[in-house]
Amino acid sequence: MKVRFLSAGDRALVVEFGDRVDRGLSERVLGLDAIIRSNPPAGIVETVPTFRSLTVYYDPLLTSRGELQRAIAPLLDLGDNPRPGATLWHVPVCYEGEFAPDLAEVARLTGLAPDDVVALHSGTRFHVYMLGFLPGFPYMGDLPPQLALPRRADPRLRVPAGSISIATSLTAIYPYESPGGWHLIGATPIRMFDPQRSKPALFAPGDAVKFQRVDAAAFASIRRAVETRRYEVECAPIAQ
Amino acid sequence: MTPGLKVLVAGLHTTVQDLGRNGYQDIGVPVSGALDGFGLRLANALVGNPQATAALEILVSGPVLEIAADSARLALVGTGAGLGIRGENPRVVAAGQSVTAQRGDIVQIAPGRQSACCYLAVEGGIAVPRVLGSASTYVRAALGGLNGRALQRDDVVPLAMAFASERTELRAPATSATPADHPIRVVLGPQQKYFGKEALTILLDAEFRVSKDTDRMGMRLDGPLLRHRRGWDIVSDAIATGSIQVPGSGQPIVLLADHQTTGGYPKIATVISADVPALGRRRPGDPLRFVSVEQEAAEETCREAEREFAKLIAALEPASQYGSLDLGSLYGENLISGVTMGLE
Repeated sequence: MKVRFLSAGDRALVVEFGDRVDRGLSERVLGLDAIIRSNPPAGIVETVPTFRSLTVYYDPLLTSRGELQRAIAPLLDLGDNPRPGATLWHVPVCYEGEFAPDLAEVARLTGLAPDDVVALHSGTRFHVYMLGFLPGFPYMGDLPPQLALPRRADPRLRVPAGSISIATSLTAIYPYESPGGWHLIGATPIRMFDPQRSKPALFAPGDAVKFQRVDAAAFASIRRAVETRRYEVECAPIAQ
Repeated sequence: MTPGLKVLVAGLHTTVQDLGRNGYQDIGVPVSGALDGFGLRLANALVGNPQATAALEILVSGPVLEIAADSARLALVGTGAGLGIRGENPRVVAAGQSVTAQRGDIVQIAPGRQSACCYLAVEGGIAVPRVLGSASTYVRAALGGLNGRALQRDDVVPLAMAFASERTELRAPATSATPADHPIRVVLGPQQKYFGKEALTILLDAEFRVSKDTDRMGMRLDGPLLRHRRGWDIVSDAIATGSIQVPGSGQPIVLLADHQTTGGYPKIATVISADVPALGRRRPGDPLRFVSVEQEAAEETCREAEREFAKLIAALEPASQYGSLDLGSLYGENLISGVTMGLE
């Protein structure tokens, strides 16, 4: 699909690569983001990578859409660019009891045993496509096709912080309590967002994530360590 | 003791705001900041602050504050708003000028009935820690402001200055106010292709009303529904402030300062940045019309609005102590109650 430049008002230029959840498309979005960040044209306020597009926010007092488009268009032809600093995260998840209120229903809807749902979810390495919805909220994919389900017909008014959720081809972690329409199959005690950290959001777009099954006792002990800031999430740099 | 404003009555939703938290939307952090950025900047200019200084944003019903500092220079900005000071030197002061209150004075803010928001700036600013570069309150994630939330009774809003500096009070010159119901300008897109001609015609021809289901995240619009041509569940992309997104119900939502950074509904049009402050001032029940402009014209309008604002700031003039207040209209709207203010 041809790259399109779209206006979102007079302060945002959308560079649209497609309209699907797709790894190749995501790589192009993140690649352009990395190039722009390494040498931002004047007047850019910030950039936001999403599944389908890179939105470039700018200050019309300093530049214009036309000028930015002229600066960005040649960058699209640079081909694949290595992105700096992606990380593989190992996230502890308890898939049991109160932490997994929808696991039985997901098993029923998918025709799988609950243990198979957990095995599929914790056996997949996910790509962080983007962050959005709430501070630090990661949209990750792709789920094994057997786990693909539409969103819940009746969204919850209160999804607890730390909930691990699935819907469509994606999985996510709720950093804060909030309303939500995805299926809750587990929970993690780790802190997804902390403005006091030098890097407030734990994950960045382009990172990879694997979930590690832990029992309720381990969950409780990790949570205590997180609360006293004595817990470091296991992680490793990804070789490009 | 730290100088501050003691909150006797919190008002409906009073928060600390500045011009927002830029640079963190890629990790899901909304920009936040004042709904009416011009209002906040003018209020700061009136008390001699840099324009981006943190101030109080007051929505719909106002707080009552006690001065817990030796003195404090205040300025309220908001069409039709006013503040009453009860103390040794009781006064009622219209929005648009600075005034200095003394320790123990009780300040009552009356936002008026013409604007949904007004701004109270204090000389020196509000001394809350910046979180991710901004003092703005984002309640959903408890970021910024006073403990990440709206003011509550018995809070003390910390002030950076213990007393007002020696200088004359300022006021903004009377301007030919833009009619409150002037059409809001939009640039179509980025997803106008998800809608048929009919929906675009409705958007630009119909009169909408601001729904009571409106907050700092978004303004729902009552009126005709906008039907999609190509489905309404898109793969998420970023949302700019002023975006008019249309969920499956067809009821448009204009995204405001605290909007999510990304979303999965098509956005039929985007309010131009020069009109976002006017949008933020609309109250539930107010009529709303849209008119479409070209993208380049929107950028030029933004620059023009900035030049006009700079002229306004350059034209700030010394204010007499009582200013030119239309007391009759304030009393007439019950904005300043003689009984509660002790002005009888």
